[in-house]
Order: sequence, then C-alpha cells, then structure tokens
Amino acid sequence: MADSTPVPESYYPDLKALQAIDFTLVELNLYLDTHPNDLEALKQFNSAAKKSAELRENFEARYGPLQNFGHSLSAYPWKWKDTPWPWQV
Amino acid sequence: MASSRKWYAPYISPHDPCPPLTPVSYETPVQLYLGFQPKGMEQFSPFDALAHGTLWPGLYTPYTNPYKTKERG
Amino acid sequence: MWYYEKKLQYPVRVGICNPGVAKFLIEQYGGTDGELAAALRYLNQRYTIPSRVIGLLNDIGTEEFAHLEMIATMVYKLTKDATPEQLKEAGLGDHYVDHGKSVYYHNAAGQKYDLGVQSKGDPIADLYEDIAAEEKARSTYQWIINITDDPLINDSLGYLREREIVHSQRFREAVEILKEEQSKKRIF
Repeated sequence: MADSTPVPESYYPDLKALQAIDFTLVELNLYLDTHPNDLEALKQFNSAAKKSAELRENFEARYGPLQNFGHSLSAYPWKWKDTPWPWQV
Repeated sequence: MASSRKWYAPYISPHDPCPPLTPVSYETPVQLYLGFQPKGMEQFSPFDALAHGTLWPGLYTPYTNPYKTKERG
Repeated sequence: MWYYEKKLQYPVRVGICNPGVAKFLIEQYGGTDGELAAALRYLNQRYTIPSRVIGLLNDIGTEEFAHLEMIATMVYKLTKDATPEQLKEAGLGDHYVDHGKSVYYHNAAGQKYDLGVQSKGDPIADLYEDIAAEEKARSTYQWIINITDDPLINDSLGYLREREIVHSQRFREAVEILKEEQSKKRIF
C-alpha cells in the first residue's frame, strides 16, 4: 500500500535540523514577548527566521508542503494530504 | 547554584503501617530564583537547545527519578 | 486564525511497546493540569489581560497545542498495534470499550475532560493561576517520569517538563511587567 511507503532515512535528520532552528525561534519569541527592547535578541530572531525559511524551502522541495492554507506551495497532484503525518513518523 | 532538589523528613510514628520511605524530596527549579531574565545570558546551539528544552543553560533544570537516586543533599 | 505545520515541535520517540504507559500519559492530554487545559486557559485569558502581555499568552497558548500533539503521538504509537487483550492487561480495557483506540480527552483515572479552565478576568489572579498551572504540569511530568521506564519516552517528557519551567519563568516576568505598569501614570 502506498500509505506504507516509509520516508527516506534523510527525512529524520532534515526534520530535526528544522525543529532545532524553529525551537530557537519559539524561545526567542517568548523571550521577546517580555523583553521587547533587547535589540541583540531581536537581531538573532530575524536572522534565525531567515535561516528557518531556507531550511523550510529545501525540506518542502524534498518531502512536500509543511503548512496548509497557502503558506506552502504544492507540486501536482496535491501533496498536502499525503502521509506521513507528524504522529506517524 | 545549590541543588534544585530539596529534602525533608516527615514525622515517623511507631504505629506507621509501612516502613518509612524517608527523606522525601521536592523540586525547586531555577525559575524560582532567576527573577526577570537578564539580557545576554549564555545560549545553547540550536540543536542543544532542542535537546535541553530551552535556549538558555541558565534556565535548564533537569529532573531524574528521585526514587532511583542515592545522592541526597 | 491558526495554520497547521506538518511537523512535531520535538522528535518524539517511543522505545518500548508498553501500552500501559499510555494510560499515564493521557493525564497530560485530558487532565486538569494537562496541555489542552493550558492551551484553552491562556488563549481564553488573552481577551481580558493588559495589552503588554497579550502576546505572551497568545504564544504560550499556541505552543501548548504543539505539546498536546506530542502527547497524542506517544499515546497513538503505544496503542495502535495493541490487541484488545493487551489493552485490557494494560488497564485500558474500559477505555477500549468506550472509545476503541481513539485518543480521548480524559485523565489517567478515566474521568472526562472537564472544562474547569480558570479565567477570572483579573490580570494578577490569572497570571498567578498560570504560574501555578505550569508548576502543576511540571510535577505531573515528574510523576510520570518516576513511573515510566522507557528512556525515550522520558526524554520527551523531560523536554516537556523543561518547557513548563520556561513558561513559568515568562509568566513570572509578565507579573513584573504589570507591577511596573502600576507605578506609572495612566497612558491611553
């Protein structure tokens, strides 16, 4: 069954690289919510956001869209609904 | 900083039905002491931050099962 | 509104096929101090908190949904390949009869999720409630770690416990922000 096709091995380290940079963004985001005037943290946030966008673009080219509702482009046929979902991998 | 694990000894009665399991531990993690986080605290790398659950070593307070720990301070 | 992101916040792994652990984990799914309760509490409180801390409640509330999904992932992986007999042995017989293998919003004792989410509309009361909620969720993670032998599950639980510490820290800072506001003149 097509649904059982496992992801390539590279999926896991690639996913983790994205999770790592996105986690840094979560932490900086919450920090900036209570430290809005920390310019260094703000610069770090913006540069990490650019880095995340790069990783995201590469990840989506390989494994399909990450976000719904038009925040990710899709190849044909519509890829968003494809497995695996996050809880399945 | 001092250990985030503290201990206390409940009163032991000769009439307690079970052998005493003392001392008893409780946790006092770093957010109880830090106050408003100062700017410029040392950071983990993105991968280490993910592994530790925080970007800042100064906010990291790990936990282990106290029933498996002999060290009591 | 919200957008869904097709990835977990943290790489969740389950090492041991032990469906009984799912029974403990479900406490953080549908329990009083669980991730669902946290998400709903913070997002609900956003509307009646001073503007300076709305962003924090919004963002922590959003992150809690990522944690809810991590818990569900562990429960799903532990139960999806279990036979009814194994579920029964694991103490999940009642769950199976009522819900099959679906993940469900109840606590470890099987009580349905009760929307007992606190929101007083008083900023200080609400933020102290939130700090307490983070500390209670932190202790729940500690109790589950104490009762669980799977090092991979405990790795994810250790991560989630540390998130409670960081959230508690930020809520404590939010209280300080509002205390400073009090000493200033009213500016609209």
